[in-house]
Amino acid sequence: MTGNLANEPARIAGMFRKMLVIRAFEEAAGENFFAGNVRGSVHQYIGEEAIAVGICANLRDDDYLTSNHRGHGHSIAKGAKPGAMMLELFGKVGGTSNGKGGSMHIADFSVGMLGANGVIADGCTISVGAAQAFKLMKKDCIVVNFIGDGGINRGPFMEALNWAQIYTLPVLFVCENNQIAASTPNVKVTAGEGIAARAESFGIPAVTIDGNDLLEVDRTAARLVSEIRAGGGPRLLQAKTFRLRGHFAHDPAKYRDPATVEAALEHEPMRRTEAWLLANGMSQAEIDALRTEVDAEIAGYVEAAKVAPWPDVSTAFTDVQDVGAPDVVVQGRVVR
Amino acid sequence: MTDMTYAEAARFGLREEMLRDPKVWALGEDLGFEGGSAGQYKGLQAEFGPDRIVDTPISENTIMGAAVGGALAGTRTVAEMRFSDFAMCAVSELVNQAAKARYMFGGQARVPMVARMPIGIRGGIAAQHSQSPEAWYTHVPGLVVVTPSTPADNRGLLKAAIRCDDPVVYMEHKGLWGMKGEVDEADDEPIPLGVARRVREGGDVTIVSWAQMVHVCAAAAETLAGEGVSAEVIDLRTLYPWDRAAVFASVEKTGRLFVVHEAVQVGGYGGEIAAEVGEHLFAKLKGPVRRIGGPRIPIPFSVPLEAAYMIPADAIVERVLADFRQGD
Repeated sequence: MTGNLANEPARIAGMFRKMLVIRAFEEAAGENFFAGNVRGSVHQYIGEEAIAVGICANLRDDDYLTSNHRGHGHSIAKGAKPGAMMLELFGKVGGTSNGKGGSMHIADFSVGMLGANGVIADGCTISVGAAQAFKLMKKDCIVVNFIGDGGINRGPFMEALNWAQIYTLPVLFVCENNQIAASTPNVKVTAGEGIAARAESFGIPAVTIDGNDLLEVDRTAARLVSEIRAGGGPRLLQAKTFRLRGHFAHDPAKYRDPATVEAALEHEPMRRTEAWLLANGMSQAEIDALRTEVDAEIAGYVEAAKVAPWPDVSTAFTDVQDVGAPDVVVQGRVVR
Repeated sequence: MTDMTYAEAARFGLREEMLRDPKVWALGEDLGFEGGSAGQYKGLQAEFGPDRIVDTPISENTIMGAAVGGALAGTRTVAEMRFSDFAMCAVSELVNQAAKARYMFGGQARVPMVARMPIGIRGGIAAQHSQSPEAWYTHVPGLVVVTPSTPADNRGLLKAAIRCDDPVVYMEHKGLWGMKGEVDEADDEPIPLGVARRVREGGDVTIVSWAQMVHVCAAAAETLAGEGVSAEVIDLRTLYPWDRAAVFASVEKTGRLFVVHEAVQVGGYGGEIAAEVGEHLFAKLKGPVRRIGGPRIPIPFSVPLEAAYMIPADAIVERVLADFRQGD
């Protein structure tokens, strides 16, 4: 647990390794998008790694997490296997959804990761329902809902805040405020005092932190999670951060001054966590070795995904519904 | 056998399922004190408590979305939307989330929920409380669509919908809430989804319908019998999946098909059934397949205007007889 200073460097080093995995995964996802191996769109989590890792370090496997379209980092932090995730991005057999979901629908129910989501803020309402089910079944689990600053202007977010509060539900809303929704600066389209004030207006305690400071995220999450698990009702955590890349891999982000990105690099979480580890007993050689090890691990997943088989066409017709299962119609020809 | 209204029978079936499985719970507006818009939840909150019959704020997105979340978390949820018109506020939660979760997560998830959204004209509730959008949901892979027409069916089909592991859009007809019918309390088996009911046997023409229009079609068939036309009336009960075998068998026998529904005819589900029959039974047909649906106007308020929208039994009789006269 946090607070145990003797163990803190080891704990932070463990979290740093997860952050390295996320960063390397996202870099590889982008590269393979441009190489034509990954289709559709890839929303990278680069620059926001400390939030997912710091929060999920305080969760149990049987706690749930709901995510958004930028969900790779959340999934890895919650315990999804990056190898299976890479296969999913490639649309191959062995992917988290065996190629039926792709980047925006990564999920691993075995570790409580209830899915990335292609619809902004739809995860908010799913979260409160899952929390209600936990309460009904008398389980002491909690639900963490990740939402971006763009999501806070959708109705379901505000409905879900109200809902979580009136039923005293075990939900932690985490708003990752990277300040920009696709190309639109959040401050231009958000009235009032901002994200935390919205939660407070429903009587929900809200905390705003520097989301690029892993130790602060970890400490704050530990406190909020324990308050929620003790039956204290919902909390909102606003984690301020910066999206170092475009909205998705193929977005050149021409809507913002490159100088702001340059400036943000100074505050980005990998460097800061690395600096902390160097000041707290880890050597540069150890960090370099860790990075090399993680890069090799991710490169291995990419190579495996490249040669993995495509799913059999028949699987496109499974897991639709049991009552009224579809006919198998491939390219306009009825097979069954 | 006990006489029950359509609303009481649904309440009876829900109560049976809640007693049977402690993981079944319902959520929606005004379910406790009011007992639902037609008393279909009456007394259940007193019996099962406010955590299983949940009075919610007017938050349609979250009523539907929470039902999805509750289902993903291992419970069985009944989302009461009051009117199918209001459920339109929550189409993303139903169509993008409930219907897709199992598929896009590669089979990891199941969404055992019932989205209960009454349809139809009840008399004087006009354009935003009277619609019949059942065809919309038949178009969505992942969803089952159910339209009960009698008290016994409203008990048995609701039970089946609650036990179903797929998300079910359950569309009661508001005009039927007070309809009385016999329910066999001792027979607590659910009515299988996807199986039609033959309302009346006949050999000259097949009339397929669902929800309230089933009763109008039955009345039309009675009149037609007096005119020497023997009509077979089939209540589909489930629109997706629909009972092709039952409809095809009937049309093979009669050679004629009318599909009758209250919903707007253009883009209505009658088109799907007509097309399937036309495609597969063309050689057996003795006349054109006919659809009789609502005009493409919003449901009006005033008595004569609303009546103008409706399809009375004599209109069905007239249309059927016209085809037979043509054949002479």
